Amino acid sequence: MNAETARQLKFRQIPRLLAGFYCLALLTEPIAGQPPFLGFYFMEFKDYYKTLGLERDASQDDIKRTYRKLARKYHPDVSAEADAEERFKEVSEAYEVLKDPEKRAAYDQLGNDWRQGQEFRPPPGWDQGFEFHDGSHAGGGPEAFSDFFESLFGGAGFGQSFGGSRQRQFHAEGNDTRARIMIDIEDAYQGAKRQITLKHSELGDDGRPRVRERTLNVTIPKGVTEGQQIRLAGQGEPGVGQGKAGDLYLEIHFHPHRSYHLEGKNLYVDLPLAPWEAALGATVRVPTPTGGVDVKIPANSKRGGKLRLKGRGLPAREPGDLYVVLQVVQPPANTEAEKDAYEKFASSFNFDPRKNTGHSA
Amino acid sequence: MTNPLSGTLLDENVDISLGDLCRACRINIEQIQLLVEEGVIEPRGHAPSEWRFQRVSIRQVRRVVRLEQDLGVNLAGAALAIELLDEIDRLKARLRRFEDL
Repeated sequence: MNAETARQLKFRQIPRLLAGFYCLALLTEPIAGQPPFLGFYFMEFKDYYKTLGLERDASQDDIKRTYRKLARKYHPDVSAEADAEERFKEVSEAYEVLKDPEKRAAYDQLGNDWRQGQEFRPPPGWDQGFEFHDGSHAGGGPEAFSDFFESLFGGAGFGQSFGGSRQRQFHAEGNDTRARIMIDIEDAYQGAKRQITLKHSELGDDGRPRVRERTLNVTIPKGVTEGQQIRLAGQGEPGVGQGKAGDLYLEIHFHPHRSYHLEGKNLYVDLPLAPWEAALGATVRVPTPTGGVDVKIPANSKRGGKLRLKGRGLPAREPGDLYVVLQVVQPPANTEAEKDAYEKFASSFNFDPRKNTGHSA
Repeated sequence: MTNPLSGTLLDENVDISLGDLCRACRINIEQIQLLVEEGVIEPRGHAPSEWRFQRVSIRQVRRVVRLEQDLGVNLAGAALAIELLDEIDRLKARLRRFEDL
């Protein structure tokens, strides 16, 4: 690579890296494997075949089939695995190169001697004679890909707007970003102010990408429900040139709570009752996110029965309801007096709990 | 400490136009029309120029578009997938509660 190409490549990367300002999930571990920088771009070699679990002589059909399988497994919209997003990026990047015979051939001629994670820089003129046509990335957009990918293919197809002339100013709107935020059910009842920490990568003054944390103070409005989004205008990726910044979408999720849960705007409170409270009826104090309320339990209530308190769910123009879900908890018989009470209990009833199970006595 | 940011809560009371939805999801009007025909999103209003979408449509559309692009499924398949995924989330949440009892 001659000096001019190197300069152009480097220059091309700067706006790309700026555009690579992406949010990671909230409060997760920092990005692993940031490449070390020693004057020029040193980075880790990526073994794309290994990423897909394929041999180097795999057919294009094998590559497609394997990618599809892994994509279904790790797609962040589908997968419940903790590192799904990271794995999906790796798999998409590998597929981006290997699905395209031009890129694959260029990648293959780097040789067999490279190992996953080895320090890498592109050999001079490595891409001579290769012409790349594919301008579109699969999955996640170009900002999702590694420096290794960028150093090899960053200029291909989509690079023209950034490279070429330094005189022409480039403007682009920043991408929207999203992050999950966990709140307590009480926060949805009362509204809350939350300090949240977001991690993203950006280009530092010295030209190295680094992980930055930024802290935002956010108002959580009253009445938010599970999965709802809060849009923070202009808090997404910064734009390039005079392009305006994208928006940040915070997706609301609730911490699990021991005794209540939400379904949409309706709140369900589990209420344990003693057998005599359920049988005879009682007035019981029920904990709710806004404090205790006294609820009258009718006589002969059954386990699983629900009592509705209208309008005591999440606040809204049409507020949700509160459902008290009854549970009956049976006390153990330890002392003589307790055993005696159960004996009396048994002799007072003509009760067969297995009447409907087909094996009654 | 800076003043807290107050975002817009994207609930059922906030709605957006066809143009807003296209911009937010970076797809064109024809694609949105297909999503409406498939029943993935349900706008109020008759003609596309009168359409108003719930803000939550943005999330639905983005998920469908990602699944289409990344997994190679067609629109109907992606629509089915997000319905099933939502159902799985609901069932898992219920299961967790029963396991806790």
